Amino acid sequence: MREKIAIGLAIAAAGLLAYDLYQIFLVLPDEAMQGAIYRIIFFHVPAAITGMIGYFVALTLSVLYLSSGKLRWDSLAASVVEVSVIFSVVNIVTGSIWARVIWGIWWTWDYRLTSALVCVLIFSGYLMMRRAIDEPTQRARLSSALCIFGCVDVVIVWKSIEWFRNNHPGPVLSIRTGGGTIDPAMERMIYFNLIALLLMAAALVLVRTRQEATAREIDSLRRLANAA
Amino acid sequence: MPGVQTPGSSHVRPLPAMIGSVRQALSVARKDLAIELRTKESLNAAGAFAIAILLLLSFVFDVTSEETRNIAGGLLWLVFAFAGALVFNRGFARELPNECLDALLASPLSRASLLIGKAIANLAMLLVVEFVSLIVFGIFYDIRWWLHPGELAAAFVLATWGISVVGAVFGALTVNLRLRELMLPVIIYPLLIPLLIAAIEITNLLFSAQPSQADQLLWGRLLIVFDVVFTALALLLADTILIT
Repeated sequence: MREKIAIGLAIAAAGLLAYDLYQIFLVLPDEAMQGAIYRIIFFHVPAAITGMIGYFVALTLSVLYLSSGKLRWDSLAASVVEVSVIFSVVNIVTGSIWARVIWGIWWTWDYRLTSALVCVLIFSGYLMMRRAIDEPTQRARLSSALCIFGCVDVVIVWKSIEWFRNNHPGPVLSIRTGGGTIDPAMERMIYFNLIALLLMAAALVLVRTRQEATAREIDSLRRLANAA
Repeated sequence: MPGVQTPGSSHVRPLPAMIGSVRQALSVARKDLAIELRTKESLNAAGAFAIAILLLLSFVFDVTSEETRNIAGGLLWLVFAFAGALVFNRGFARELPNECLDALLASPLSRASLLIGKAIANLAMLLVVEFVSLIVFGIFYDIRWWLHPGELAAAFVLATWGISVVGAVFGALTVNLRLRELMLPVIIYPLLIPLLIAAIEITNLLFSAQPSQADQLLWGRLLIVFDVVFTALALLLADTILIT
């Protein structure tokens, strides 16, 4: 059943992405100031939002694990973090490409860039710690604690670096600005691509969760064999 | 131990029980500091490391330049953060031989008190390292760090408490890991970034003759928020973090 859902989500994501790519590259015009490179925003912003949603979903799943003790919440949290880290890396890489073209540099220590990098570092630590613990219950408890600390820290990091320095372009989506900063057709495409990336993330999480469950099964069989 | 409670209990307690928990935490801190005073393993290592790094930094830039004063806070807090990792690594690891950690967890001591006691011991040890480093730094780099002693002491205690709590929590989380010494810095440094930014900014301000009150308040508030949030999380998750 889960595999069928994953395949369904992947097909829906692929179909929507194909439509979005057609619209982004062949229908929408170049932006007046930036030219063609502005199109990177259709991947950069949705990837950032998908990553952020993922971290807070992982926080919820970690709390669920700690309150219920069911290992499937932990497997799901680990899968969500892994997929979210990938989307955060996509966000950073696309942002760097845009910055190279528009600002002439690959990187600047702006608050959003720095916060995104800190997120990747915190949750890479989470993934590395998981690999260093063999016992599944201990791994789940410690990972859940780290995930909660990490998510809370992300909020403080965001605020502190915003006070420290800020030269990133301001928000563009009308839910943040009240409208007037972006053409409605372009904004619609950002939302369409966000849905496509969220569907893709959900499909990847389901595949990854299946792998986690298999790994747990193999691990318990190995323990059983060792005990025998 | 005073204020005996059920192991692992983390409910909101009435005042006398809270005082009991504080006493338990202080007992743990006293025990750790007594061991440290006998062996001096963490203090010697962290102190020597801090001074070696301060010496090495003199080869990185011109020590007589005005620029040194502008980056003094950054240099100091990087040294303290790195030295701190040496202290935190030992915090729970010293309880591993002879199953001392299991004995502590099986004792009537609450886990929150154990964690906070370790954080208090970390705080005391790091403050000693920081004080020695500050004197050495002032001599090596001609920094007048005594201009605002009260504010500087308050900022150092607030920032060091945040580092100590995070160090105690993740020292406990990683104590049984194969790669403990490697994992601890990988996990704690990204988490400490907001605290280190605030500590660096406020230290730079306090090294200047007339620091801005508004900026001190801004960064001071961030230090307090970090301390309160992470101490509360440590207390809430103590039973999850400290497992046999």
